[in-house]
Amino acid sequence: MSINSFILEAKNLGKVFSDSSGKLPAVNNISFSVSKGEFLCIVGPSGCGKTTILQLLAGLLDNTSGEILLGGKPLKGPHRDISVVFQKSNLMPWRSVLKNVLLPLQIYGTPAKEAKEKAGLYLEKVGLSEFANAYPKALSGGMEQRVAVARALVQNPRILLLDEPFGALDSFTREQLNLELLSLWRDQNITAIMVTHNIREAVLLADRVLVLSPRPASIYREIPVNLPRPRTGDIEYTREFVDLTYQIRKAIKA
Amino acid sequence: MENSSESAGTTKRKHNRAFMAGWLNGYGIGLLAFPFGVVLLVVIWYLVTKLGDYPAFILPGPAAVMEEMHKIIVNGVLWIHVKATLTEMAGGLALGLGTATILGYILAKSPILERLIGPYIVASQSVPAVAIAPLLIIWFGTGKLSKVLVCALVLFFPVLINTIVGIRSVDAGLKTLMKSLHASRWQTFVMLEVPASLPVLLGGLKIGVTLSVIGAVVGEFVGADRGLGYLINLAKGIFNTSLMFAALIALTAISLTLYLLITALERWLLDWRD
Repeated sequence: MSINSFILEAKNLGKVFSDSSGKLPAVNNISFSVSKGEFLCIVGPSGCGKTTILQLLAGLLDNTSGEILLGGKPLKGPHRDISVVFQKSNLMPWRSVLKNVLLPLQIYGTPAKEAKEKAGLYLEKVGLSEFANAYPKALSGGMEQRVAVARALVQNPRILLLDEPFGALDSFTREQLNLELLSLWRDQNITAIMVTHNIREAVLLADRVLVLSPRPASIYREIPVNLPRPRTGDIEYTREFVDLTYQIRKAIKA
Repeated sequence: MENSSESAGTTKRKHNRAFMAGWLNGYGIGLLAFPFGVVLLVVIWYLVTKLGDYPAFILPGPAAVMEEMHKIIVNGVLWIHVKATLTEMAGGLALGLGTATILGYILAKSPILERLIGPYIVASQSVPAVAIAPLLIIWFGTGKLSKVLVCALVLFFPVLINTIVGIRSVDAGLKTLMKSLHASRWQTFVMLEVPASLPVLLGGLKIGVTLSVIGAVVGEFVGADRGLGYLINLAKGIFNTSLMFAALIALTAISLTLYLLITALERWLLDWRD
């Protein structure tokens, strides 16, 4: 096994928020590794520090202890190889849908013509080509998150971080988007890490589920999901699926 | 085939009707109501002068004012004064908007600086800007510069506050997004802060334009040899109230035109809003 067999590693990762009123430990000494092409889900009770972990991985927050390694090298701040889909779509309302997808490429200085073609391609992948010139105000919540996914993929990241991206959507749209996400993940051969409090979603998507303890977050259990791929919505009604969700639910309760 | 073309025609008609309805509800009604209101006002004005039988130096009738207006348009007097006032306003707007926007941006970005300078700025507002006009005339003379400064001073504070509010109201989620994309300070400024605060900045421009009219006129009242404020003062001195009315109408026309221009600019630039 070479030293770089893990694309992302968290080693004794810790985060303590401190302000005038004192110190608030949010993440406590977490270690885990993610293999290339893996889909990892992180679940835990609400307020346990899931989002904080994701923000640390995204380089949006500085950790107070431990380190994060991207391809064996310490991660310092945001990195082009890592992109994030947030809870909110965070689309710029003054930009057309296409120009929203274009944003990362503009920031990274991709030549305009190439950037536009690429943005168009990814918009097509999420099935929104016909909305290219519409403003975000014309989109539904599900469509907004599709655009956000396209925008996250357009820069060809190696790692996709997802912070409960479909949490605000109704369950049908959510299932639909999860299945679309799975096929994009397979096509792009990308590594995905999703934070969620929805156990069914985690089992549907993940190769492995990390269960976190209440705040400050530490890893409580690690549960592999050995369900066959490609997965469809039907898998949720199999015995194995239900067993896994039950196992995770119990782990969170404990 | 025939069927489909017919339905396309119906759809188009429906569209047209919807468009007309929307237009009337939007600014169409306003556009129609405005001239109607003006006519109504002139009629009332006429009736008041007719029934009240006031002397012309107290309240001249619409006809007398129109006559005066015609006279100063033809002999070029009006244009001299309009040009002077517009120049002062333009200078004041450029100076006031420029400094207020830049300082507002800096203060919005630096809470420490805001705490340091903020109290002085607020304190300076306890003296009305127009009250400083005489001082500015003494220091900078009766030429255009002093008026430009009064203008700039009058609109400075409201625009400053507007800018701070605008920059501070930039969505936190979008800031995080830009950070996650490793955007530079300049990229964040151009791609996020400017477009995001544009609605508030345009609001500031609207206030600024209105206030710059006040600034210019006040400056001209205090000491000037041309400008609409000067013309009003002159008209007062020679008991030519018709001339005064003509100058007031010209002032109103200037304010209104600029206001409408900015509103059109808003509609054009901010079509992405709900």
